[in-house]
Amino acid sequence: MNPVAVVAYSQSECRADAGAMNEVEMIMPQLQAVYEQVGIDNAQDVDFVCSGSCDYLQGAAFAFVAGVDALGAVPPICESHVEMDAAWALYEAILKIRAGHAQSALIYGFGKSSPGELPTVLSQQLDPYYLAPLWVDSIALAALQARLMLDSGAISERDMAAVVSRARRSARNNPAAQFAGDATIEEVLSEPYYLSPLRRSDCCPVSDGASAMIICTVDQARAWGCPYALITGIDHRIETHHLTLRDLCDSSSTRQAAQTAGAGEGHIDTAELYAPFSHQEIILRRSLSLPSDCIVNPSGGVLAGNLMMASGLSRVGEVFRRIVAGDSTRGLAHATSGPCLQHNLVAVLEAA
Amino acid sequence: MSQADVLSQSFELGFTYTRSVGPVVGRFLPAMKQRQILGIRGSDGRVLVPPVEFDPVSAEALSEFVPVASEGTVASWSWVYHPRDSHPLAHPFAWAFILLDGADTPLLHCVDARSPEVLHTGVRVIARWVDEPCGHIRDIRCFTPVPEVADG
Amino acid sequence: MADDIISEMAAPIYLPYRFTAGRAPARFLAQVRRGVLTGQRCPRCEKVYVPPRGSCAACGVATEEEVVLPDKATVESFTIVYLPIPNNPIEPPYIVANLVLDGAHISFIHLLSECDNQTVRIGQRVQAVWKDPEDWDYALDNIRYFRPIDEGDVPVAHIGHLDVDGNWEGDT
Repeated sequence: MNPVAVVAYSQSECRADAGAMNEVEMIMPQLQAVYEQVGIDNAQDVDFVCSGSCDYLQGAAFAFVAGVDALGAVPPICESHVEMDAAWALYEAILKIRAGHAQSALIYGFGKSSPGELPTVLSQQLDPYYLAPLWVDSIALAALQARLMLDSGAISERDMAAVVSRARRSARNNPAAQFAGDATIEEVLSEPYYLSPLRRSDCCPVSDGASAMIICTVDQARAWGCPYALITGIDHRIETHHLTLRDLCDSSSTRQAAQTAGAGEGHIDTAELYAPFSHQEIILRRSLSLPSDCIVNPSGGVLAGNLMMASGLSRVGEVFRRIVAGDSTRGLAHATSGPCLQHNLVAVLEAA
Repeated sequence: MSQADVLSQSFELGFTYTRSVGPVVGRFLPAMKQRQILGIRGSDGRVLVPPVEFDPVSAEALSEFVPVASEGTVASWSWVYHPRDSHPLAHPFAWAFILLDGADTPLLHCVDARSPEVLHTGVRVIARWVDEPCGHIRDIRCFTPVPEVADG
Repeated sequence: MADDIISEMAAPIYLPYRFTAGRAPARFLAQVRRGVLTGQRCPRCEKVYVPPRGSCAACGVATEEEVVLPDKATVESFTIVYLPIPNNPIEPPYIVANLVLDGAHISFIHLLSECDNQTVRIGQRVQAVWKDPEDWDYALDNIRYFRPIDEGDVPVAHIGHLDVDGNWEGDT
């Protein structure tokens, strides 16, 4: 595919409770930050805007429409929204550019999960006949998945704790992180179970915040004259809605998406994986067959802070950041949606 | 600039929908009313429980219902130390994948056990039905471990 | 095996939330509690928004500057509601109006009363009728409704362009 350039990215701090901040007040600082990186004024200066959010998180109908107040949509702009993580908004924006309908696009995702009980809210996205009436929450489903992995001998609790320990350490360099520090494997293992076999540290926190990105054609990136990275491939695949009919110890949809995104066509030195639970990072690494020298989640990943509806976009942004800083030449970004890694998106980014 | 007081207010959102169930769930639910769990035969011959309308691999429409037992084996479990208000049991319990006898895929439901020490993968459990089943997945109140019979 | 078919399933969902107002609305409501109406001015186009959301929706920039506004307004549009709405204590028929406060540039919705439903019109001048101060809360229903006042109508082209003193260009 013709590569699309990422020219700007910004993410807010991950906060347990953003408190007195509405959608506009959460989104606007991130928009201003990406405008400044490119040197533009507002959403009038891009050809297309696409956002990702879910009104159920905060229980406010049409919160995503309220978010448009942050854009400056007079005269009217070309705008779209996905009720998904903004990584899928990025996907839509790339289609728009590749179809020749836009030269540039602004993408943003935001989530204020603190007003509700996020794992319970997410229980209602499950099958409405067999699962939603049980109110089985997202953490419990991940716990059942982790137990399958442990019982099959595919992983140990120590392997899971090692993921947590590394995520915490990596997050020390990430000013947006909610959780960062020096937890050793032994310290993690000494925690009591939360939903066995998961400990609290195995689970991503619930965070409020937003992230934003600007992408464009290579010609537009050169015209703006700002550093950029190229998205050379992107795809997403989904598995059946019926959780118990899936092989939960593998992520076939991630593997497929990576293949069609061209991940295998060169060496991947950096990967940002959207793994809300420690064992899921191991599933993803194996499904992607990442090389042993690949740096995984240098930002700390979502175990350091999870902005529902923005974290997937942020994974792409974090790889972009490392490429333009010269720390990576070819990286992979992954986003997920649904219980136990049901729906997965993979993007491959390369230095220009 | 004026000072902002932090203004918060609790509220509840209700979505009081009635769902159409379709031809497959529409057979599963009345069987539950009779305390009978149904599966459906997939295109590869496996018995899928609970029954689905379309084969997850071939996408073929499925229609051959297969009764399965109300008893089975725990295939995975998670102990809930602090149940949420929405959960089916108010005291600590387990979520489990339960492979019912006669089924090839597990059912997700809750297991009422005294403590996590009682549970392990492979433990036998049996459905406990509500007094008046109405045709709903929660006609099974919970599963409970089957007491192990001593040898001899 | 049961032969009967179930075609529907009740699937009620109730989700608890705790809403926290954003900074701009919270500042606005804190002032309303004191009986004061405040808008926010866009630093770029200088339009005044009330109630403010913290941004200029037209320019896409944050708004900070607060402007104290009077409680006089102009009817920008209205509808007469004849349908009873469940749980609404107001007896129909009643008037719901888009009102623009003097000094503001966008309208908000409130009730119009103490007037003849047949003569209510666009451009009509109105003023807030407040509840007793001891009943004031963080809510716009501190204003019970707006009622007509004895001032000349504002021509349509000037609605939304009055200054805080209620003057408009060409007004005598």
